[in-house]
Amino acid sequence: MNLDELNEMAEGVRAADTGIAHEVRVCMAASCQSSGAGPVLDGLREAAPSTGCRVKGVGCMGLCSAGPLVAVAPMDGGEPVLYRDVKAEDAQAIACSIGTAPVERLRLPNDLPFFSRQQKIVLENSGVIDPNSFKGYIAVGGYSAMVQALTEMTPAEVLAEVTTSGLRGRGGGGYPTGLKWSTVAKMPAEQKFVICNADEGDPGAFMDRAILESDPHRVIEGMAIAAYAVGATRGYVYVRAEYPLAVERLKTAIRKAKRSGFLGAHICDTQFSFEVEVRLGAGAFVCGEETALMASIEGLRGQPRPRPPYPAEAGLWGHPTLINNVETFANIAPILLRGGEWFAGIGTERSKGTKVFALAGTIRNTGLIEVPMGTRLRDIIEVIGGGIPDGRAFKAVQTGGPSGGCLPAAHLDIPVDYDSLRELGTIMGSGGMIVMDETSSMVDVARYFMEFCMTESCGKCIPCRAGTQQMHDILKTIAKGRGTRADLALLEELCEVVQATSLCGLGQTAPNPVLSTLRHFRVEYEDKLAATSA
Amino acid sequence: MPLPAPQPQVRVVTLKIDGQDVSAREDETIIEVARENRVPIPSLCYLEGLSVWGACRLCVVEIAGTDRLLAACSTRVTEGMQVITNSERLQRYRRTIVELLFAERNHVCSVCVSNGHCELQTLAQRCGVDHVKVPYRHARYEVDSSHDLFRLDHNRCVLCTRCVRVCDEIEGAHTWDVMGRGTDCRVITDLARPWGDSGSCTSCGKCVQVCPTGALVRHGTSVGEMTKDLKFLPYLSRRRHGQ
Repeated sequence: MNLDELNEMAEGVRAADTGIAHEVRVCMAASCQSSGAGPVLDGLREAAPSTGCRVKGVGCMGLCSAGPLVAVAPMDGGEPVLYRDVKAEDAQAIACSIGTAPVERLRLPNDLPFFSRQQKIVLENSGVIDPNSFKGYIAVGGYSAMVQALTEMTPAEVLAEVTTSGLRGRGGGGYPTGLKWSTVAKMPAEQKFVICNADEGDPGAFMDRAILESDPHRVIEGMAIAAYAVGATRGYVYVRAEYPLAVERLKTAIRKAKRSGFLGAHICDTQFSFEVEVRLGAGAFVCGEETALMASIEGLRGQPRPRPPYPAEAGLWGHPTLINNVETFANIAPILLRGGEWFAGIGTERSKGTKVFALAGTIRNTGLIEVPMGTRLRDIIEVIGGGIPDGRAFKAVQTGGPSGGCLPAAHLDIPVDYDSLRELGTIMGSGGMIVMDETSSMVDVARYFMEFCMTESCGKCIPCRAGTQQMHDILKTIAKGRGTRADLALLEELCEVVQATSLCGLGQTAPNPVLSTLRHFRVEYEDKLAATSA
Repeated sequence: MPLPAPQPQVRVVTLKIDGQDVSAREDETIIEVARENRVPIPSLCYLEGLSVWGACRLCVVEIAGTDRLLAACSTRVTEGMQVITNSERLQRYRRTIVELLFAERNHVCSVCVSNGHCELQTLAQRCGVDHVKVPYRHARYEVDSSHDLFRLDHNRCVLCTRCVRVCDEIEGAHTWDVMGRGTDCRVITDLARPWGDSGSCTSCGKCVQVCPTGALVRHGTSVGEMTKDLKFLPYLSRRRHGQ
């Protein structure tokens, strides 16, 4: 199959929709489902006019706090009408409004900054297409990047395009994707693997889940392109078992892609073959660390091993392995279609493209957003996020999960990119943003994340296993107001040792929440020290 | 004249360890080269003859050109590498790691059968641990005396997994493994059954000999009586690898 034939196929799918004037999209991602989107979808299916209108379940529309969300979109490309907090009993009203005046009491204004300030690349199909429909993905131009790569580009040209784009790993480390791909491509080996890391475990992060639930084919397409570029023939998606909906949709997508010849042997009648399997993580945070993840896929105890050798050299079963995050793979198709130069034009000097963030905590608009790199933190929190509810004041935002840190109000005007965040003692991480108001105690925040690291430590290396426990004990004592100056000094010393000597990223970054809260909110620690310890 | 024997494709490199020029094969690790040249690097999980584990972090060294500390047991030498094994910073870190171990479980030397023959004890002396500044945890751990010949005392275990590796790699029984995570980790026999009920244990005692502390000991030993003999390991390991 070549691009023309694929375009014809897409044209055919779109042509079948000619009689449909309106599409009613009901968000069926995990968050909206849990607030009752299922009955809403059923109700709309029943109530909607049988001609000229189609009701379908789609992926995440972003504004999770206002869910269940429903959009009524005219098929001529006009502005969709968005409805919030829809209940099953509203179905009739919405169905009757199609093509006439919208139901004002449920309506979300279209010019809401939450939507207008975003720029969607990764999430462009999210909330628009039915994640369970292979044809739906084809209709929006899906798999054309893969077919283009396989039929019109050499692996070297694909690598060059990804390198030009300046894309950096979205899983947290920010390692240049092009460099990682070309390292694996250069390894002389018969067998190579591509792994998609979907073991998202940071508290407050749900970007990968939403992408997999909303647009699973996009991730598969990115993996297949990567496999073609580096010379791999087999791939694994390592998803945590706590994401049943994502797993189900991913499996459906793999099955449908395979049946249509877009995965498996001789993809689209080319010489390229690529098989993808789903592996489930059993709930260990450390399995998001690449060497632990690979051990887990191999069926071993999920714990890290020393690097080097890096996976690019000796990964899964000792073979060269490319491992990227869900969002990284989801960026690949648009990069190939629109060119690396286009992608490099978005974002900042050293952080290109857009980033998906999960807004959580005490913020008005919780949900999923995608903004260009370099967007000011203030814009994300106050404009897109709508600020802090109940008239309280902003205190801090936590980024990067248990490996990251907190930023105070004084740094709200920084551009959000890999380097600015690192300079301030936190990290971009995978994209979780937890906003806290004045009622939060930063010592409690540090204690919470240390507890998380302590319980998630695999126990292999001593500094992480015993160090996180000691640090947690000290933080608990300080939080209770019984800590002394000596405790605080010991805490800082342990932070240094654990950071410098731990085996893997989990241990090396476990002290970050403590160090960053100490850096920006030291006063809070000192205020909590026992009065006798002066 | 006979032709020279074909040479294996391994190059020899020179590097500096603590300022001393040394030569090494490029497939050797820093700890191997250092020990060969009598540069002491403390270690606990590393044992010549077993696979590299890289977990105790006591052998971390500084290498010129990188800010990261690297474990000497799992890092290969490279040409021109400059290694520092004993800076003030490294000494401080090692001391803290040993202290963390002492505080984690119940290492009471005065009543331990391995007193005087314990690697953890020696390590503490070498690293200058004269007191433990982190609070002792005093957690309760069990003792498994169900085996006819040996005893397992979790109070003394440092989770170095030497027993797990020797049983798997040398004896080939894989009786031992680790269960749990974080500080709840413990070594187990079979599927966490009492050692005496283990169907896979051959009672060879290799695990007892490689155990650095008094966690695995022979029955019938009193305080300070348990000595360990590691001489079998390099020999068996070489035989295993057909050398």
